[in-house]
Amino acid sequence: MSRVREGALAVGAPAVVGVAAVVLWQATVTGLGIAAYVVPAPADIATELAANLQVVATAAFGTARNAALGLLVGTVAALVAAGVSAAWRLAADAANPLVTATAVVPIVCLAPVFYTMFGTDAQTARVVVAAIAVFVPVYVNTLRGLRTVAPVHRDLLRAHAATPWQATRHVTLPGALPFFFTGLRVASSLAVISALVAEYFGGPVDGLGKAITSAVASSRYALAWAYVVGAVVTGLVFYAVTTLLERLPDAGGSPSARR
Amino acid sequence: MSRPTSRALPRGVPAGLAGVLALAAAWEAYKALLPDDGWVLGDTRILPRTTDVAMPHLWDMVARAAEPLTSAADAEPLWLATLRGAGSTLGVAAVGWLTGVTVGLLVAVLMARFLPARAGLLPWVVLSQTVPLIAIAPLVKRWGSRLEIGALDWQDWMSVAVIASYLAFFPVAVGALRGFTSPDHASTDVHLELFRAYGVGWWATFWRLRVPASVPFLLPALRLAAANAVVGTVVAEVSTGLRGGLGRMIVEFGASASADPAKQWSPIAGAALVGLAATGVVALLGAGLRRYQTGEEAR
Amino acid sequence: MSAVVATGVGRVFGPAGGAGGTVALSDVDLTVAAGELVSLIGPSGCGKSTLLRLVADLDTPTSGSLTVFGKTPARARADQDYGIAFQQAGLLPWRSVQANVELPLQLHGASRAERAARAAELLALVGLTDFAGHRPDQLSGGMQQRVAIARALARWPRLLLMDEPFGALDEMTRERLQDELLKIRAETGAAVVFVTHSIPEAVYLSDRVVVMTPRPGRVVADLEIALGSPAERAARGIALREDPAFFERVSTVREALHAGEAGLPARDRGAAGAPDRAGR
Repeated sequence: MSRVREGALAVGAPAVVGVAAVVLWQATVTGLGIAAYVVPAPADIATELAANLQVVATAAFGTARNAALGLLVGTVAALVAAGVSAAWRLAADAANPLVTATAVVPIVCLAPVFYTMFGTDAQTARVVVAAIAVFVPVYVNTLRGLRTVAPVHRDLLRAHAATPWQATRHVTLPGALPFFFTGLRVASSLAVISALVAEYFGGPVDGLGKAITSAVASSRYALAWAYVVGAVVTGLVFYAVTTLLERLPDAGGSPSARR
Repeated sequence: MSRPTSRALPRGVPAGLAGVLALAAAWEAYKALLPDDGWVLGDTRILPRTTDVAMPHLWDMVARAAEPLTSAADAEPLWLATLRGAGSTLGVAAVGWLTGVTVGLLVAVLMARFLPARAGLLPWVVLSQTVPLIAIAPLVKRWGSRLEIGALDWQDWMSVAVIASYLAFFPVAVGALRGFTSPDHASTDVHLELFRAYGVGWWATFWRLRVPASVPFLLPALRLAAANAVVGTVVAEVSTGLRGGLGRMIVEFGASASADPAKQWSPIAGAALVGLAATGVVALLGAGLRRYQTGEEAR
Repeated sequence: MSAVVATGVGRVFGPAGGAGGTVALSDVDLTVAAGELVSLIGPSGCGKSTLLRLVADLDTPTSGSLTVFGKTPARARADQDYGIAFQQAGLLPWRSVQANVELPLQLHGASRAERAARAAELLALVGLTDFAGHRPDQLSGGMQQRVAIARALARWPRLLLMDEPFGALDEMTRERLQDELLKIRAETGAAVVFVTHSIPEAVYLSDRVVVMTPRPGRVVADLEIALGSPAERAARGIALREDPAFFERVSTVREALHAGEAGLPARDRGAAGAPDRAGR
C-alpha cells in the first residue's frame, strides 16, 4: 500500500466513522422518535452546548481544578514513595498488597468519608480521591522504571567506580523517566475521572458531575449531554498536556530513548 | 536450580502484612495525635478532622458491622446486609463485564480482520480511554421506569449493567486487538511467515496463532475490565439510586454518618472486597492459561 | 609490574562452599604483562567472561588470588586503572555520543572543558568526530562499539578489558575495528585482555592467546603468537591475515581448543555426572 493511501486511511477513516456515527445517531433519534431521556439527538446537544458554553466551561473548570491538584499531589507523593521503595526493598514489599488492592478497588467509594473528614463544603475530598487514584499508576510505573536498569549499564557504572548517587543520577533516573511518563499519562485520565465521579457522591454543587446530575434531575437531557461533552474535552486536555510534557527537550525522554 | 525459590514462602508476605498493619496503626496514631479539627491553612483544611465522626476507631468499624442494620427489631446484622449488597453489585458487574468483554472481543476481531475497520474505529476506542466516559452514568437514570424494548421490560439494574459493560468494553477491545496483531509487529517473529509458508488462511492463522499470541495482552485487559466494571457498577448505582447494591448503601450511610459514623465503612469494605473478588476471579482464569503467557524460550 | 596476575583463581556460583554449585572457573593461573595484548578464547561456558569480570571487580573470586597492577581488583577499580568495553556497546541512549564518551570523566569530576577536549581527542581516534552530537540510536552497531571503546579509553587506562566487543558485528566491520584496536593499542601502550570466541580474531590481535575449556572453566593452553608488534600488525593488515604464518597460528590455537575439548568427557564424568553438552 502506498504511503499516501496509508495516510489518507489513518486520517480519513476515523473521520468518516465519526461523521457517520453522528449522522446515524441523529437519524435514528429523529427518525424513530426516540425520547430525549434515552438519548438526545446530537444537534440538540450541540445547541445546548452553544447556548450554555459559559456555564459548561465554568463547571469543567471546577472539575479540572480538582483533577489538576489531585494529579499534582498524587504524583509528588507517588514519586517520593517510589524513590523510597526503590531504595528500600522492605518498603516496596510492605506497600505491595496495598497498592495492588488500591488498583482494583473503587477508590471513589471513599469520597463520602473524605467529605466527612475534610468538610462537605470543601473541594478537598475530591482532590484527595483524585490524588489516591493518581498515586497508583505513577508509583507502579516509576518503581518499575527505577528497577529496570540494563545489566550492561550497571556493570559500566561499577567498572567506572561511580558512587551510588552518580549511578542513580546518570543511569537510574534518566532510564526511569519514560516509565514515569507512561504512568503520568494514565494518571492524568484517572485524575479527571475520579474528580468528576467524586462529585456524584456528594459535596459542593460546582463541577461537571454535579451539573450532569442536576440537569438530569430537571429533565434537561441535552444539557446533561453537553456537560458530558465538557467532561470529554477536559479529559482530552489533561491527556494532551501530559503527553506534551514528555516531549519537552528538558524531560530527556525523547521518544527514541524509550526502550 | 529454581527449586529453592519456589519452595520458600514468598518473601513479600510478612512484609505485606506489616504494610497493612502499618496503615491501620497510622490511622489510629493520626487520630490520637492530631487535633480534632485537623489542620486548616487559610480557609482550606489540609489535614482531616480526627473526631470519631470523621475518623472512627477501626474497632468501632468492626463492632458496628456485627450490630443490626437498623434499630428495627427484625433487622439483619450490618455485615450480612453488606454481603448481600456486595453480592448484588458483583452480580450486576459480572453481567456488565461479560457483555463488555463479548462486544469488545467481537469488535477486536472485526478490527483485526478488516484494516479499514481498524483505521476507522481504533483511534476512537483509544481516545475513549483518556476521557471520563463514566460521566454518563446519571444519564441512564430514567431508562428503568420508562423504557420498553419489545417484550423486554427494562429494569433499573440493566441500566447499571450497561454502564459497567461500557467501561469494560474499551480496555478489552484495545487489549485484544493489540494481542491479535502482535504477530504483525514483532519484527523478529517468524510465526506469521511460518503460517504463510503453511499456506493456511486468515481464520486458521487467527485461531492457531493470533488468539494464543493475544493471551499476554488479553489478561491484563480482562483484569482492567473487571475493575472498571466494578467501578462502573458502584458509580452507576450511586447516580441512578439503584436499590440493593453497595453504591446506594455507601451514599445512604454516608449521609447519616454524623449519627452513625462507623456504619458507612462496612459497604466501603464491601466495595473493596468486590473489586478484589472480581479481579481475583479473572486472575484465576489467567492462571489456567499460564502456558500461553511466555514467549518462545528466549535467548 | 604485571598488569594482571591471577593465581589459582576459582569462581563457584550457587551455594557457598561449592557443594552443588556450578564451577565457572577452576584454578586459573594467568599473567598479563604491562602493555601486553592477551586474548582469552574458548567455547561458551568456559569462564572467559567470568575471568574478565573478576579482573574488573564486577564479580569476586571464591578462591585464589588476583591482583591488578599489584593491587586488589577493588582498589584498581577505585583507582580507575582499567577501561572496559562489553559485547553490547551499553551507551546511554539519552546522551549524545560526545556525552557518552565524557561519562567516565564526568563521574570523576573533570571540568567541562577538560571533558570536551578529551572527548574530541578520543572521537578523532576512533574516527567519529563528525558524530559527536548524534544520539547512539542513530549510529550503526560498529559505530556504537567504537564509541564504547573511546569511552573505555577516556581516563588513560593502563589496562583495557574487552568482553567480546566485536561479537555482534558483521565480519567486515569486525576486521576494520580489529585494525583500529591494534592502532589504539600501539598509540596508548595499554595492556589489553580481550575475550573472544573467534580464533582468527584472537590470533590477529594478540601477543598471547589463552585457550580455555568449560566444565569447569580452566586454562588448557597459553600460546605465544609472535606476529610482530601491534603497530607492525596494523600496518600489514590484510597481508597479515593472508600470511601462512597467520594460518599456522590459527591452526595451533584451533588444535589446542579441540584438544582441550577432547580431553573433557573423561573428566566430565567424574564431575557428578554433569550432562555432556560439549560433544559434537
